[in-house]
Amino acid sequence: MGKELRLMKGNEAFAEAVIRAGADGYFGYPITPQSEVMEYLMAEKPHERTGMVVLQAESEVASINMLYGGAACGKKVLTSSSSPGISLMQEGISYLAGSELPCLIMDAMRGGPGLGTIQPGQADYFQLTKGGGHGDYNLIVIAPSSVQEMYDYVEISFDLAFKYRNPVVVLTDGAIGQMMEKVYIGDQKPRLTEEEIREKYPWATLGKTPDRERNIITSLDLDPYRQERHNLHLQKKFKEIEENEVRYEELNCEDADFIIVAYGTSARISQKAMDIGREKGLKIGIFRPITLWPFPKKEIRALSEKVKGILTVEMSAGQMVEDVRLHASEKIPVEHYGRMGGVIPTPNEIVEVIENLFVKG
Amino acid sequence: MAKVKGDIIVDIEKCKGCEVCIDACPTHTIEMSEKVNGKGYHFMQNVHDACTGCTNCAIVCPDGVITVYRIKV
Amino acid sequence: MSDTITKEQIFKPENIVYKKTDLMTDNVLSYCPGCGHGTTHRILMEVIDEMGLQSETIGIAPVGCSVLAYDFMNVDMQQAAHGRAPALATAIKRLLPNKTVFSYQGDGDLAAIGTAETIHACNRGENFTTIFINNGIYGMTGGQMAPTTLEGMKSSTSPYGREWHAMGHPLKMTELVARLPGTYYVTRQAVHTPAAVRKAKKAIRKAIELQQQKVGMTFVEVVSNCNSGWKMTPVNANKWMVENMFPFYPLGDIKVDGKLVKEV
Repeated sequence: MGKELRLMKGNEAFAEAVIRAGADGYFGYPITPQSEVMEYLMAEKPHERTGMVVLQAESEVASINMLYGGAACGKKVLTSSSSPGISLMQEGISYLAGSELPCLIMDAMRGGPGLGTIQPGQADYFQLTKGGGHGDYNLIVIAPSSVQEMYDYVEISFDLAFKYRNPVVVLTDGAIGQMMEKVYIGDQKPRLTEEEIREKYPWATLGKTPDRERNIITSLDLDPYRQERHNLHLQKKFKEIEENEVRYEELNCEDADFIIVAYGTSARISQKAMDIGREKGLKIGIFRPITLWPFPKKEIRALSEKVKGILTVEMSAGQMVEDVRLHASEKIPVEHYGRMGGVIPTPNEIVEVIENLFVKG
Repeated sequence: MAKVKGDIIVDIEKCKGCEVCIDACPTHTIEMSEKVNGKGYHFMQNVHDACTGCTNCAIVCPDGVITVYRIKV
Repeated sequence: MSDTITKEQIFKPENIVYKKTDLMTDNVLSYCPGCGHGTTHRILMEVIDEMGLQSETIGIAPVGCSVLAYDFMNVDMQQAAHGRAPALATAIKRLLPNKTVFSYQGDGDLAAIGTAETIHACNRGENFTTIFINNGIYGMTGGQMAPTTLEGMKSSTSPYGREWHAMGHPLKMTELVARLPGTYYVTRQAVHTPAAVRKAKKAIRKAIELQQQKVGMTFVEVVSNCNSGWKMTPVNANKWMVENMFPFYPLGDIKVDGKLVKEV
């Protein structure tokens, strides 16, 4: 953890973390509720601070393809957007995954479908954890639930993106993006030089030198057997990620009768619900997946073996609950409580739902 | 005045028989073959002795199958 | 005199006056016989070769017939989603300003699905070179109508000829981008005759040289044929191109040194 302490919005902390992680380029298009990311970057003049490029593109479609161009050169690139913009990016994300390119995509979710609302939502879960674009692929999806985590997960996300040559999504919402909290800021990491990139990422298209064949970054292979081999290679990689990169947090799960499974903003609200419930004598614990993909399957399974009921709290009609049901013991009820349209559930609502479902029922 | 003499080597198996080179030859020294290559294309060939090595055929060849030689006589 | 010269005397390495550049791979081109793509690939690679830029060049292949351009061009390459090559090239050039970057795109890619990316990259004055192959048709997918298809021209989706009331007008993308302040050099060329190829190559060389001076977008259209899509022999397709395409898409420079040299 860094030494410098600042009071920042989640979006600003994210943007500062990007500069300090030694990112090479940000390409984005304004959309509420995350426009502060690009505004902060433009105001900070990262070109002077680190040489980082910040470009406002003509669309989300262009932004995500700018990421493709930059990532294919081994550069640390990112974009940020919100649900409708992320929908527009799906084609490019599929190409990035198919071409095995590392990049960071931040999605500050808002309610949908369509233009929906600018208020917070969590209904992009399916879109991002199940692929989203065409073809068989997965994204590493990380859901911070505090401003500090908005900062901390930037560097971790870049590391994962390059480790696995795969896009990584930081999945958040307007509540965390706009919320102000204190943040510990880390040191400035240097950007890689071209020589360092050539050394570390020999696949990068930086110009063909006599000592190697030309590098080609493409997701196309018209030979079905070779394309299938590529698919199998991707699946092997995804399996490896599932085995090694699961992250989660447990709160009061040791003695709990009931578990709330929630991430991001919902997890924060659920903490208060847990406190209220415990005061009433309800032994509530919280299981917070930090990686939504890879999903903490084994941990959900293990937990479900020793509790009386699980409630997922999401700002959606119930998306993550499908994954929880898939992996939880069939002996206990797994229910969902959600609000939509930009409405954030209240702690009291959640406690009431737990009482009605698991205690009175 | 120095005279020049040219000649060409055609990568017959890569020629697709498009005939774009035929009109480009100022000395009408190339023609399409009666025979076909492994892909079934009639290929271009040098049939006369009038080649000046002007490179026109090679420059206009979409498949880059022609190498041109020239010497001063 | 000349009959005394034997083939052995001529076919010596020192007598070679033209051979395919090493920057074209030995892979057999996937293009139809007579297609201008091959010629354009070759002169582009000749320019990169002659300028000694192989190790500094990054190319972008589009979606369409030239999607496999990276199989033939011996430089580092990226393959873009349909129409998005200018976005890729923008990022590369912004992140690596001293590299030589080109996008190689067909008319469906550049003038239809990629219109926004094309116009904005041109308008921002991005310092890369666009090579735009215009054959008035979607070749790869089977000869459908393109934004550039001429009025009255038949294609598989305008089987009775393009009728503008129903299908819109052909789009002169090159004239359009020439009007944008971010373009510095805009020209229209062809590769159907040796003279045209030589001129087109000079234009590409000029574009790449200007790119190194970071003056803005350099944009070279190559009006080309599609004998399969047009359902003609290659020679007849070139003839048809001269008679029908050139009057609507006239060859020559449109913008030089940042100034329009033609009314557009």
